[in-house]
Amino acid sequence: MTTPVLFDLPGPRARRRIRIATAVGGLLVAALVALVLVRLAGNGQLEAQRWAVLFDPASQVPQALGQALLRTLQVALIGMVLATALGLLLAVGRLSEHRWVRIVVSTAIEFFRAVPLLVLIFALFFLLPKFGIRLSAFWALVGGLVLYNGAVLGEIFRAGILSVDRGQREAAYGLGMRKTQVMTLVLLPQATRRMLPVLIAQLVVLLKDTSLGFIISFPELLRGARSLVEFFTLQFGNQYTFQLYVAAAVVYIVINLLLSWLARYAEGRTRRSAKTAATTQTELPADVQMGGGGGAVPAGR
Amino acid sequence: MDFVSENADLFVDAFLATLGLSLLAGLLALVLGTLLAAMRVSPVPPLRGLATFYVETFRNTPLTVVFFFLIFGLPQIDFVIGFFSGAVLSVGLYTAAFVCEAVRSGINAVAAGQAEAARALGLTFGQSLREVVLPQAFRTVVPPLGNVLIAMVKNTSIAAGFSVSELSSLLPRLVNADAGDLTLVLVGVVVGYMVITLPSALAVNRIERRVAILR
Repeated sequence: MTTPVLFDLPGPRARRRIRIATAVGGLLVAALVALVLVRLAGNGQLEAQRWAVLFDPASQVPQALGQALLRTLQVALIGMVLATALGLLLAVGRLSEHRWVRIVVSTAIEFFRAVPLLVLIFALFFLLPKFGIRLSAFWALVGGLVLYNGAVLGEIFRAGILSVDRGQREAAYGLGMRKTQVMTLVLLPQATRRMLPVLIAQLVVLLKDTSLGFIISFPELLRGARSLVEFFTLQFGNQYTFQLYVAAAVVYIVINLLLSWLARYAEGRTRRSAKTAATTQTELPADVQMGGGGGAVPAGR
Repeated sequence: MDFVSENADLFVDAFLATLGLSLLAGLLALVLGTLLAAMRVSPVPPLRGLATFYVETFRNTPLTVVFFFLIFGLPQIDFVIGFFSGAVLSVGLYTAAFVCEAVRSGINAVAAGQAEAARALGLTFGQSLREVVLPQAFRTVVPPLGNVLIAMVKNTSIAAGFSVSELSSLLPRLVNADAGDLTLVLVGVVVGYMVITLPSALAVNRIERRVAILR
């Protein structure tokens, strides 16, 4: 912790200055918030009736948002499962004893990590139909997420497998285990425990990236809110626009915060667990944390 | 070849849009991120709280949602910004949170003795941060900072969903081309991004080697 190192403990005068700065800063922030609120109120955005629509089942809004949320979670869940599976395959492939497997897999990993996620999704959505393979927006989104996150997770798993102490592998071979047994019974269980926090952090990134479905018109949360807005605008003008957008954003943020907390909790657990004793701590590069269309990683390392 | 010559201008414009977007957003992110990092280690508690709030919020919000708010939300409070400046602002504000975390980890990595010596010399917080701590911090975080900025270049692709004609938007725009031509577009787009990211990665490597502190 640097805080006490970077400055002396404030004395009475410094404390007074800090109090004044706090008051002035607080006033500035309050003024900014007030400005936003006044502007919003001026446009009538704060009227209770406009917000009530979000919670009124008769308006069909909660149901529609709920369904959109379900679709978001569905994409995220399928994406997570497939990406984890692909990641494991790629990790094992990159550690293979056969050179040609290593080369092919490394190239694939590097390619999928270098291309923006949205371009991958666009390629699946716009280009594949030209070759006679028609994917729905759902599968284009899932496919893009799986390819990109699979490549990232592959690197994560590889780092995890390499972090397991060499003696573990040697002992397993010494016991007469086969290559597959060494990997599945000895290396992967230990690596997975070590990689769990990073794995969850990457899955948060995946969940965030489902919002890219908005761009290819997959009715996930954001697009769901947008369609509701378009629907309401036809009937009542744009009086519910702002409220619906806020609702969608708040849901996203809350879910991501929850998952981030989960990741932090998992990290605390793994730190204390004796079962990861034979692994060494590995740090992940920042671009992994930031993701292809977004990114989150538990704070406070 | 007709297809290529017809759309060469479009491609160049799109590439320049991505490049400009990356440069402007990167600049914004670096400045704001450093400021936020300084706030997070400052002696004033509200500043710390504010910066922490900012970082936590932006790191847990999908970039698409940030775009959404700046481009569809701001007009609700009577600030109308163009699509391009909205994109610069979204990507910049979002990336600043990650820059802040990278810089802060660098500040934490500077040996405690350096800051203590600075204080013993009578430097104020601002002086010791500017003259002693940050210059060393930046040297240690060149690789993570570079990774954040390269990831940011990829993230600018989301602007395609918000009416900015940058590289990725070429795919939906030229979707009526036939299979071969559209594949060509895809290759062009991928190459376009790599023309920005690969030299950046090389530059990061070189800078890292030049400024590395030998301990």
